[in-house]
Amino acid sequence: MKEIILLKDGELALKGLNRSTFEDILIRNIKERLKGLGEFRFVKSQSTVTVEPENDEIDLDEAVRRIKKVFGIVGISRAAVCEKDINEITRVSADYLADELTFAKTFKVKAKRSDKKFPFDSPAICDEVGGAILSRFRHLKVDVRDPDVTVTVEVRDRFAYVHGTQLRGAGGMPSGTGGRACVLISGGIDSPVAAYMMAKRGVKLTAVHFASPPYTSELAEEKVHELLGKVSEYSGRVNLFTVRFTEIQEAIRDFCPEEMFTVTMRRIMMKTATRIAEWQGCDALITGESLGQVASQTINALKCTDECAGLPVFRPVIGMDKNEIVSVSREIDAFDISIRPYEDCCTVFTPRHPRTRPTPEYAREIEALIPEEDRLIDEAVKTAKLKIIEAFG
Amino acid sequence: MEIYLDNSATTRVCDEAVRAVNDALTVNYGNPGAVHSKGNAAKNIIAGAKKDVAAVLGVMPDEIYFSHSGTLANNTALFGAAMARKKTGNRIITTSLEHPSVSGCMDALERQGFEVIRLMPGNNGSFSPEELMGALNSKTVLVSAMLVNNETGAINPVEYIKPAVRRAGAPALIHVDAIQGFGKLPFKPGRIGVDLVTMSGHKLHAPKGVGALYIRKGVNIKNHIYGGGQESGLFSGTENVPGIAGFGAAVRALPDIKSALNAAQQKKELLLKLFEDDPRITVNSPENGLPYIVNMSVSGIPSQVLINFLSEQNIYVSAGSACKKGHRSEVLTRLGLPGERIDSAIRVSMSRYTTEEELKIFAQAVNEACRRLRSKK
Repeated sequence: MKEIILLKDGELALKGLNRSTFEDILIRNIKERLKGLGEFRFVKSQSTVTVEPENDEIDLDEAVRRIKKVFGIVGISRAAVCEKDINEITRVSADYLADELTFAKTFKVKAKRSDKKFPFDSPAICDEVGGAILSRFRHLKVDVRDPDVTVTVEVRDRFAYVHGTQLRGAGGMPSGTGGRACVLISGGIDSPVAAYMMAKRGVKLTAVHFASPPYTSELAEEKVHELLGKVSEYSGRVNLFTVRFTEIQEAIRDFCPEEMFTVTMRRIMMKTATRIAEWQGCDALITGESLGQVASQTINALKCTDECAGLPVFRPVIGMDKNEIVSVSREIDAFDISIRPYEDCCTVFTPRHPRTRPTPEYAREIEALIPEEDRLIDEAVKTAKLKIIEAFG
Repeated sequence: MEIYLDNSATTRVCDEAVRAVNDALTVNYGNPGAVHSKGNAAKNIIAGAKKDVAAVLGVMPDEIYFSHSGTLANNTALFGAAMARKKTGNRIITTSLEHPSVSGCMDALERQGFEVIRLMPGNNGSFSPEELMGALNSKTVLVSAMLVNNETGAINPVEYIKPAVRRAGAPALIHVDAIQGFGKLPFKPGRIGVDLVTMSGHKLHAPKGVGALYIRKGVNIKNHIYGGGQESGLFSGTENVPGIAGFGAAVRALPDIKSALNAAQQKKELLLKLFEDDPRITVNSPENGLPYIVNMSVSGIPSQVLINFLSEQNIYVSAGSACKKGHRSEVLTRLGLPGERIDSAIRVSMSRYTTEEELKIFAQAVNEACRRLRSKK
């Protein structure tokens, strides 16, 4: 039996004349994500994208698993293709969904007929198919309100399609329709969630990670690679820049008062990230800051760091509680990686009593104590290492 | 150049063992259970390796059983002994500084209803025979102690166990986890009345994935792994013949234990001398411990930071513990060291291949680290 995947693009329907472009981007993203699984054909019509495998060898289970993480899709159905013949349609419906129907107690049939020349109208299709299923699965009852299984029959231009209960897609907007932004990623719980949330709105990702060897270990960097690997299952390819931050942190330690270590470090991180972001063609920065979570994330501290970013700063988790962030982190399967216990650069030289209400004027004054700050930033930007993170290479 | 000072974690496989492994992988690769000559050749490799291991312990080859790891051998010895002696009593005595492959078994046996007594170490990191005497009673079925502590090198007085058990009239079997001491210390279990001894290949230049258990003839322990009945039914599963071949070859290649120990003692003294006048360094290992292991704290530098720093220069040491954030070394904690010293502890573990030159370079690197990495100005 020939099988295909039907995708419903939700929010895209709102986008008027841009819609075709958006759908093209969506299809390009799906193609990229299905790389390595084999050849597919893509057809778009009536807010549905049809994904047809070119041969029977292709692993459709894996294809569905990957497509479930592509933004811009609200519903996914794996469907059987059949001739536009009512006997064929009833036979295929009962055969194709036999597993689901065997274990269900109730069902209903839904029919859509976009080919109005088809001799049976929708209620008639429902009658025929429902009758055939009832006579074969005698334990089943019809329930039109809350059925265990919904059998959907779609009669379209060339073929009819039969599918069971629709799976939920990842929602959001196709990656690339929202421009490109640069996420500051630490290896904790919050920043991968922030990256995921912005990617969901169609933003393509560049990432900057600050490493301070030997204060931070290789394992901390590998942790970031793995976290971005999880994010990239949704966002697509991520360009990660790992910046050596050791000399800057040592300079902060040597020249700044301890209570201002963190704010000063965050300011310089913003400056460094902005440099890389602009060079990468990003139009915003993304951080995992959540208001009040730690001393550097008070409203006053954010005021001090924000002024160092040359780009708008998106902070999608700013208003979320830790447990809300954790639940998203678990959803994208990042949590267990995030909680591995390696030091990241934010915990090196942590002040015992950080200042929670610094003013921008004071922060500027403190930062100015660092000799040759520009040269240090130049050096950090110049020596940043690029790694391309792709979930399905 | 790389300087590997983490030999208590694992060792580089010696050339003799590499050749033996290669032979067992490509020439004598038969299944020792097979009844043709290819199988027989593999069986002979195992028999030969048993002779080699037995010779080091001064025991008979048929008292040696090969397992698939040291951890497995410890599990089999402890559960097997406890279950075999269950009817005669309920008390087990061990120490509080054992490796997880022993302490984990003890916790499980405790949950199964045994009364487990964990002897606290003295300042030198080893248990006291008097305390052992006090803990023994006529219901004690098992006493287990490690020969050498893996974090500090402290040596336990295991030769006192048998006399104490005899005096208490306890029906106890005696187990010694000798994974860190085997082949490095003169240790003859037959002579001192030890019933069970655990060993591991990869701590002395054999490959990973092979351990051994000595069981004194006449001692029966309960089997808890079921399968093809290999190694008298104790370690079912096709024998790791290449690993066993490597283990045998590595043991054969061991130098004379006493002279190697003297050489190690000299290296340890050199290492201590290199840091003698340095107030930032404190040594956590006991003076009379196994000289291959030197645990020391470098004031002001967290263990992991120093490890990273040295690692960048291809010098490899480890923290005293698994160095999990917030999880301090239990061994050093039980020894009563202050927190700052525990958090900055590293373990330098040498092998017979470690040179004085390497130790000097290591000492320079630590000095360089002290200069650069002080945590606060």
